[in-house]
Amino acid sequence: MRETSGMPMFDVAIIGAGVVGCAVARELSGLRMSVALIEARGDIGDATSKANTAILHTGFDCVPGSLESAMVARGYRLLGDYAPTVGIPIEGTGALLVAWSKEELDILPKLAAKARENGYDACEIIDGAAVSRAVPDLGPGALGGLTVPGESIICSWTTALAYATEAKARGCTLLLETAVTGVNVGDRVTTLETTGGQVQARWIVNAAGLGGDVVDRMFGFDRFTIVPRRGELLVFDKLSRPKAPRIVLPVPSSKGKGVLISPTIYGNVMLGPTSENLTDRGDTSTTEEGFAFLLGKGRSLMPSLLKEDVTAAYAGLRASTEHSDYVVAASGEKRYILLGGIRSTGLTASMALGEHVRTLLEEHGVATGVRDVLPEPPRMPNIGEAFPRPYERDDLIVEDPLYGTVTCFCERVTVGEIRDALQSAIPPRDLDGLRRRTRALMGRCQGFFCGAQVAALMEGPRAPAEAAHD
Amino acid sequence: MTETLRPDVLIVGGGPAGLTAARSLRRLGVAGVIVLDREEEAGGIPRHSDHLGYGIRDLRSVMKGPAYARRLVDRAQQAGAEIITSATVTGWAGERSLLATTPRGRIRVNAGAVILATGARERPRAARMVPGDRPLGVFTTGQLQQEVHLRHAAVGSQAVIVGSELVSWSAVLTLRQARCRVALMTTEFESPEVYAPVAFAGRALLDGPVARATRVVRIIGRSRVEAVEIEHVTTGLRRMVACDTVVFTGDWVPDHELARSAGIDLDPGHRGPLVDTDLATSVGGVFAAGNLLHPVDTADVAALDGRHVAASVVRWLVDGPASRSAVRLVAGDPFDWVAPGLIGDHMVGPPRDRLLLWSHRAQSFPTVVARQGGAIIGRRTLPWPVSPGRVFRVPWSLVRRADPLGGDVTIALN
Repeated sequence: MRETSGMPMFDVAIIGAGVVGCAVARELSGLRMSVALIEARGDIGDATSKANTAILHTGFDCVPGSLESAMVARGYRLLGDYAPTVGIPIEGTGALLVAWSKEELDILPKLAAKARENGYDACEIIDGAAVSRAVPDLGPGALGGLTVPGESIICSWTTALAYATEAKARGCTLLLETAVTGVNVGDRVTTLETTGGQVQARWIVNAAGLGGDVVDRMFGFDRFTIVPRRGELLVFDKLSRPKAPRIVLPVPSSKGKGVLISPTIYGNVMLGPTSENLTDRGDTSTTEEGFAFLLGKGRSLMPSLLKEDVTAAYAGLRASTEHSDYVVAASGEKRYILLGGIRSTGLTASMALGEHVRTLLEEHGVATGVRDVLPEPPRMPNIGEAFPRPYERDDLIVEDPLYGTVTCFCERVTVGEIRDALQSAIPPRDLDGLRRRTRALMGRCQGFFCGAQVAALMEGPRAPAEAAHD
Repeated sequence: MTETLRPDVLIVGGGPAGLTAARSLRRLGVAGVIVLDREEEAGGIPRHSDHLGYGIRDLRSVMKGPAYARRLVDRAQQAGAEIITSATVTGWAGERSLLATTPRGRIRVNAGAVILATGARERPRAARMVPGDRPLGVFTTGQLQQEVHLRHAAVGSQAVIVGSELVSWSAVLTLRQARCRVALMTTEFESPEVYAPVAFAGRALLDGPVARATRVVRIIGRSRVEAVEIEHVTTGLRRMVACDTVVFTGDWVPDHELARSAGIDLDPGHRGPLVDTDLATSVGGVFAAGNLLHPVDTADVAALDGRHVAASVVRWLVDGPASRSAVRLVAGDPFDWVAPGLIGDHMVGPPRDRLLLWSHRAQSFPTVVARQGGAIIGRRTLPWPVSPGRVFRVPWSLVRRADPLGGDVTIALN
């Protein structure tokens, strides 16, 4: 970063610290350039990125030849390789599309052909009996299925956090609670008006997600409109996890993508999402209609699942547009790159989109040499169930008893992990941020036992004067 | 590296049931008794229920929750039981063998018998599937009381309490101590679910009314609660109630994770372990006691389960496996469950010689009838009412004439 007239000045400023913005920041901050990552909210990955289905997609069902197809296929490999090196929880569960009607059964061969067109040829069509063997708790009536062995579940929270942590270690400036309110494209430098003052950069990358069209219009374009599409999800108790050994996908039909059942990386089972276009870009409330719809679907998909308690219900907003593909474009004249309409596949595509931005910059003559020395990639705390967690690791507990001090009983989160999160490079600013970093409070009791304890840890030790009043 | 402990009896959970069982076992001459409790201090839920009403039936005195919890801990320790706190049991390592995480490392406990006394928790908002925004200011009573009594944190200024069970009035007391007005209490039933005297005395503490036959259908507020939407369940009429705090009370569920992961038979009604009158589960040498079995009765009743189960455990340690009874007690209308759910092989009575039942309908001066194979084997008219949201206690003598080979016994109101 250089400062002229007291104003921060960067080679590239990225607007939006969702999973895509963070991936771009990580990629570019590994190059010989100064990078700022600007986020309106108080935490990274705090909007669309935090509430998706958290599936690492093979891209088998993308539109062949689309940018989305290319980015998902490439991103699947990149993130699949990156995850183990930094410790992003990932579990190769595989998926099964289940056909419940003759119409859906007839679509399976077409889907298998489409998968091959997308470069994915591991799909296999199986009969109804094989479907029941693969997922014995499914409701009756499955006629057949299509296996997609490569589909995986992944921790979307850790993914965004790992990107941002590595970007920060590489020198990226992270500006939180900084909403962009205006854009002034100068001859050589663009000035962003933000709620945190002006920020200057030569190039701007728009990864603003649900606000992507608004930012795009600030640059004088009018090429797409975001329609926030709400998806409500139900997360069922951990005791139900054996019922969902793999992701159960609906066969896409004329009626839309339908509802899936998926194991989660934290050991729960998820049912959803709904799909409903809204106008309010901040409305992540759940609804009676959404619950009724999901329970109705669940009743036929997996009746026994509904006997379990719901641990959490939430809703996310997907950045859908009038276009069937991602809306990605670069303007050399305005030194501006748009990553628009990146919907739920963006989690999988994120690293490929980072690479893609680098390529677009190169095409516009920006020098993108790699730095001589890069810091070691971060090692993220494991909050997934596929690998041992601190509470079950005697080696860690012997070194540090706080890893043996369980404070959130349902999720078995230790005081040591909460301390680590609070001392990390990008610490949480509220309980929700702590939850995404540690799983504290996301269990079945929802704070009945540990809510006050965890809140106290978040606040830290109180000043003696304050404590003396008790 | 994992240390292995080998007590005669391992008790999981140091609340009233577990602590009382520990003391009783020691007094019956059992040498090695270990209680594992995951909290920093044992004592269970009474630790943060800072009001009177504890210790009546078991200790024959009236005390506040925290003092009662400390007394039970002291009594168990004085009797020679070992209480290990900050020890979270994480799973089974074998029959009557459990793994736990402690700050001193992982431990494995191989016991001669195991008592599950893990208690119950209130069903939180998500499990009740109340839609809407997800702002700050939504609590269960358990969380609220820990915030107020253990952390001395501020809550809001205007609360809606969902439910009117006994614990709901405990929440009212806590909110008053935290200087938070109670604008409304809602119950889905036509009448509040506690004894009239409690409700009558409690009304003096409420700033607002009790909305009967009412459920909360939505929570509103992006960052902090601003209002709830309520619906009258028969008329369907809806309205908004302004508030900054919502407390979901009662609607208890047993903490049955360990029981389920051991493959122990569960009662389909309350979803805790299905036990016989000895409080033995379907797995040999594994017993259960307290509100895990009857979510929830008062703490003293849970404690007396502990005393009862101790005798059963000693029989197991001395005599070994007993055959399991085939006489199932079945909850008939209007009951959701009856605990214990099986008549024990020894034909001894349940704790306090009381069967505990849970009803979804109120009735005064109820006549309870037990039937086996079409014949009435017992009938009692009781002076205390049946009320939803509260355990209904029936003398064991109602089913004493059950034929051990006669099949299921159904208990219903006449």
